[in-house]
Amino acid sequence: METLLAQIAVFVVTAYLGFELISRVPNMLHTPLMSATNAIHGIVLVGAIIALAAGTDAFTTTIGFIAVVFGAANVVGGFWVTNRMLSMFRPPQKRVKKRKD
Amino acid sequence: MQVATFLAYLVAAALFIVGIRRLRTPETARSGNTLAAFGMVIALVATFFVTDTEATLGWPLIGGGILIGGVIGAVSAQKVQMTAMPQLVAAFNGVGGGAAALVALSEFYQTEALGGGGETLVQAITVLLSITIGTLSFSGSVIAFSKLQELAFSGSVAFPLQQVVNALLFLGVLLLSANVVTDGALAEAVGLPQLSPLVSVIVILVLALLLGVLLVIPIGGADMPIVISLLNSLTGLAAASSGFVLDNYALIISGTLVGASGTILTRQMSSALGRPLGKIIFAGIAASGGGDDEDDEEREVNDVSAEDIGSYLSEDVNKVVIVPGYGLAVAQAQAPLFELMETLESQGKEVLFGIHPVAGRMPGHMNVLLAEAGVPHEKLYDMEDINPEFEDTDAVIIVGANDVVNPAANDEAKESAISGMPILEVENAERVIFVKRSLSPGFAGVDNPLFYDMDKTMMYFTDAKQGLQDITEAVKNA
Repeated sequence: METLLAQIAVFVVTAYLGFELISRVPNMLHTPLMSATNAIHGIVLVGAIIALAAGTDAFTTTIGFIAVVFGAANVVGGFWVTNRMLSMFRPPQKRVKKRKD
Repeated sequence: MQVATFLAYLVAAALFIVGIRRLRTPETARSGNTLAAFGMVIALVATFFVTDTEATLGWPLIGGGILIGGVIGAVSAQKVQMTAMPQLVAAFNGVGGGAAALVALSEFYQTEALGGGGETLVQAITVLLSITIGTLSFSGSVIAFSKLQELAFSGSVAFPLQQVVNALLFLGVLLLSANVVTDGALAEAVGLPQLSPLVSVIVILVLALLLGVLLVIPIGGADMPIVISLLNSLTGLAAASSGFVLDNYALIISGTLVGASGTILTRQMSSALGRPLGKIIFAGIAASGGGDDEDDEEREVNDVSAEDIGSYLSEDVNKVVIVPGYGLAVAQAQAPLFELMETLESQGKEVLFGIHPVAGRMPGHMNVLLAEAGVPHEKLYDMEDINPEFEDTDAVIIVGANDVVNPAANDEAKESAISGMPILEVENAERVIFVKRSLSPGFAGVDNPLFYDMDKTMMYFTDAKQGLQDITEAVKNA
């Protein structure tokens, strides 16, 4: 029970923190934001590794393996493509035009 | 060792948070992504240290799986066209959701079939949530991918009794879940003893697969950014609930962050489309818009040539705002657009870009496409920032967009399919130039009164790529 309460507390605090953090990301960067968070939910790879390691029969080993492949594709591809995308947002050559304040 | 791993997960989570925080400006965003990736490495290394496997093939399988998945991910990330980003994000959503569901299924199978049952109520509920949400987001993403890639189910696919079928499927998931939570007591009570908790979970998985397909299939066209955001959010929640299953804080924190992110983007997208989320999910837009306006009278438009536009732009104009829509990306016309910008600027004109939140197929898509073409990001203005600029703008060039500049959206009385959708107020500018293939209305199927304003509007009917090249030439020669 204590574990569950701690988990719920972490969940609630993180959700609030997430809302705060993400509301401040400008529209311009929403696609990289989405692909970066996409990569972050690839953390499920951690769970997949644990599940595959615990696999004792053909069924659990198979689904564990598929989960590891899925998770790894998610993590590697997600961070990779985000990096590729963000490298296109070049540093400004000149800062003549200031946005209206 | 447990403490060390716990701390490592905490460090990883902190790095994810700092990483997202750095996504606030284009200058810091790249380092933010690198930090988050570093956090992921820490979490993975920590996992290796605490994982014991008795299976003989355990480590080779884990290593091999990571290698295969990593190569697939890296190759697709390196090769993907920026126009195809939404498909890739959908694909990653799908595999992420699928992985979360499989992890939960494996965990459940271990305790139920191999361990003789006895999971607690909380375990049962979180397993069910992971499986249902993860599977739904997997099959929904597959459909979204094939829609975006135009493999199948393009546009809005409607079928009879859609909502009844969805409701029944959902009810089925709920009943079976109740059966799992009560450890099969529900099925026995109604005389179906063969419906054990394990069988129920398998059936739930199938129902959730179907539900994902049926929920996404009717949504099409301009609503795709919503679907992508929503699936993103669901996958995050699936990862978070598998964190509850495994009592793993790295998963809970990361999954929740992603869920929050997807939820915010979904909300922003649906308000940018001017329609409540429920209406988008439960009624495809094509069902209402388009086709109902059958008066075929030919209305006159001010049809111009590239030369007309070129001489106008080069002589009478100081400030130009360009409004790109998805038609621009379809025609792969980002590079010619960049050239037009440079040409106009070399003649001393101010050029800005006005970007509607739903321009493109996912949130922020158009910004990426223009950044790829070389447009400096300070020239990319969001809707709220560009609207006040139109007052003193001499010419707006609209390329491959319609709905997002359609003043019909403001006309409350007209009850059009897009009324209430916030638009770029291009009608406030001196002149409006449409570069468009034909008079056909956009996804929403709503005619644009601006087309027929003979004094204000110039219509240039052409392919976006060729048309922009011709206009650039004409500006140079004028």
